[in-house]
Amino acid sequence: MTGFEELRLDGVRRRFGGKDALAGLSLTIRRGEFIALLGPSGCGKSTALNCLAGLLPLSEGSIWQDGARLDTLPPERRGFGMVFQSYALFPHLSVRKNIAFGLQMRRLPRDEVRRRTDQAISLVRLEEHAKKLPGQLSGGQQQRVAIARAVVLEPSLVLMDEPLSNLDAKLRLEMRTEIRRLHQTLGLTTVYVTHDQEEALSLADRLVVLRDGRVEQIGTPEELHERPANRHVADFMGYRNLLPMKVKAVHGEVVAVEGSGLTLEGTPAGPVSPGDDVVAGIRPEDLHEGGNGVPVTVEVVEYQGRELAVEARTQSGVAVHLRAATRPSPGDQITVTATPSRVLVFPS
Amino acid sequence: MSQVAWRHRLAERGIDRQLWLLVPGLACVLALFVYPFAYGIGLSFQPAEGGVFGAYRTFFADAYQRDTIATTLGLALPAAILNVAASVPIAYRMRGRFRGKRLLTTVLVVPITLGTVLTAEGLLNYLGPTGWFNRLLFFVDEPIRLTNNYWGVFFSLVITGFPFAFLLILSYLSGIDPTLERAAATLGAGRRQRFQRITLPLLAPGLATTFCLTFVLAFSVFPSAVLVGDPAGSTRVISIAAYHAAYEVYDYPLGSAIAVVMGVVELLVVAIVLGLRSLLYTGSTGGKG
Repeated sequence: MTGFEELRLDGVRRRFGGKDALAGLSLTIRRGEFIALLGPSGCGKSTALNCLAGLLPLSEGSIWQDGARLDTLPPERRGFGMVFQSYALFPHLSVRKNIAFGLQMRRLPRDEVRRRTDQAISLVRLEEHAKKLPGQLSGGQQQRVAIARAVVLEPSLVLMDEPLSNLDAKLRLEMRTEIRRLHQTLGLTTVYVTHDQEEALSLADRLVVLRDGRVEQIGTPEELHERPANRHVADFMGYRNLLPMKVKAVHGEVVAVEGSGLTLEGTPAGPVSPGDDVVAGIRPEDLHEGGNGVPVTVEVVEYQGRELAVEARTQSGVAVHLRAATRPSPGDQITVTATPSRVLVFPS
Repeated sequence: MSQVAWRHRLAERGIDRQLWLLVPGLACVLALFVYPFAYGIGLSFQPAEGGVFGAYRTFFADAYQRDTIATTLGLALPAAILNVAASVPIAYRMRGRFRGKRLLTTVLVVPITLGTVLTAEGLLNYLGPTGWFNRLLFFVDEPIRLTNNYWGVFFSLVITGFPFAFLLILSYLSGIDPTLERAAATLGAGRRQRFQRITLPLLAPGLATTFCLTFVLAFSVFPSAVLVGDPAGSTRVISIAAYHAAYEVYDYPLGSAIAVVMGVVELLVVAIVLGLRSLLYTGSTGGKG
């Protein structure tokens, strides 16, 4: 295994027809890390992955593996494994031959190819299907072949491009655990692209949130989940209530805000001063019913197992989302409150 | 019983009543193709003398006639192979999107629209003994003969057959998912290995089909064999023999027999190629078709 201590992306930029698909991504990946690139479609995350893999040339910037420059090498000489969204299994080769392909390309001795292929097949538990063609497998099995094919080479870096997006919800959860387990067992450095924040939070050691080709925030799952840097990251991290408001007063670490038919106290997530236009971010699960809070009118109630998801409207007509333990009826008047520490106030 | 129920009962037996819409088309095929074809086969077994197989015996007994099979195969097989072989690298280069692709495709495909006679005339003017080609080779004492012989017909077959093969192969190639080659690249396969191990095996069934079609086109060569060939000698192809028998000697049974032999030879070659093709992987290639 040709491991590296760190892989450094230095101002990587990629343009398509004069427009930046990726604008200056700088990131250092340490050995053994699991990094997730997270963002909505068209944010540049797949572009970043393809640039890393060598499938797309860079418009600007460079990629360094320890001291060696990497971005000038063609994909076949970078020694990275890649799992594609469509799996890209070779349809004319059996599962075994698909997995052995990379080893054969390295011209390894026949015995070693057989041994390592066997290992990889049993790693993803496909022993019974080794002789089948990819077309005869289910989606989840194809996915496992794709992963085995990428990791059998013990690459210095594994790139995964939304590998779970073509699976159904149940299988997606299973494969997610499977991928995390593989990462724990093999310790392979991984860059994982996804638009699913839950997937990214549960898998990654570090997340990179991208928007319009730019990095919005880099941090651990906890950092991003608790302290999103701006309203866009917050939007992505499950802050479903992003309410335009105005700052009334600032008392140290507590800001009083008003607007959208609500009066709240929150924690500033940036420099704010009285009179500023701001956006207050609150997760639905942090907006509680009851107390002497703000009155709202219930509009839609969705059953979600343990609790109910409620969409209500404030007196000025802004929609807010909250969770409720008991079922209110549409049209009911309820009051809502939120703990100041759970309300983030973003300068806009 | 109601009408709907009746239709359901038929449908359960796999009969769709709308099938009667096929009748006019079927009648045309029967009247204009199947009947004349069967009539021709019947005719070939009714020669004036020599019994049922008399016409066939006449054809195979005469070396001048018999050799037309070899002559035609000698033209059609290399021409079809060259057409397919030349199309592959060009189509492979052109499989992606790039500026000017449409123009280039048009230029490559134009010969299809010209027709054999125009192509033949062009060849005679360009490659003939006093044509531009030989004038450029002024330093050669004897003009190089490239018309009115084997090469004239061969060039004509390549010019008219290539666009056909190219278009077919280009569409087969675009049916192969480009991600497969990218995946192979990330697994360490170089350009050459990617083509040999991934693209070519997926393309091979398409190449076999393309070969069959261009071969059949080339095997029935007639106009160019007469116009730019040597119809009495080296390019006396089997269709000339059939034409000669039927319309110059007025021996319809012999003409029909030669036509049947021609069909059988074509079928043999196609059967062999398709037999080999069935050994290949012929499933989905993941592309957009």
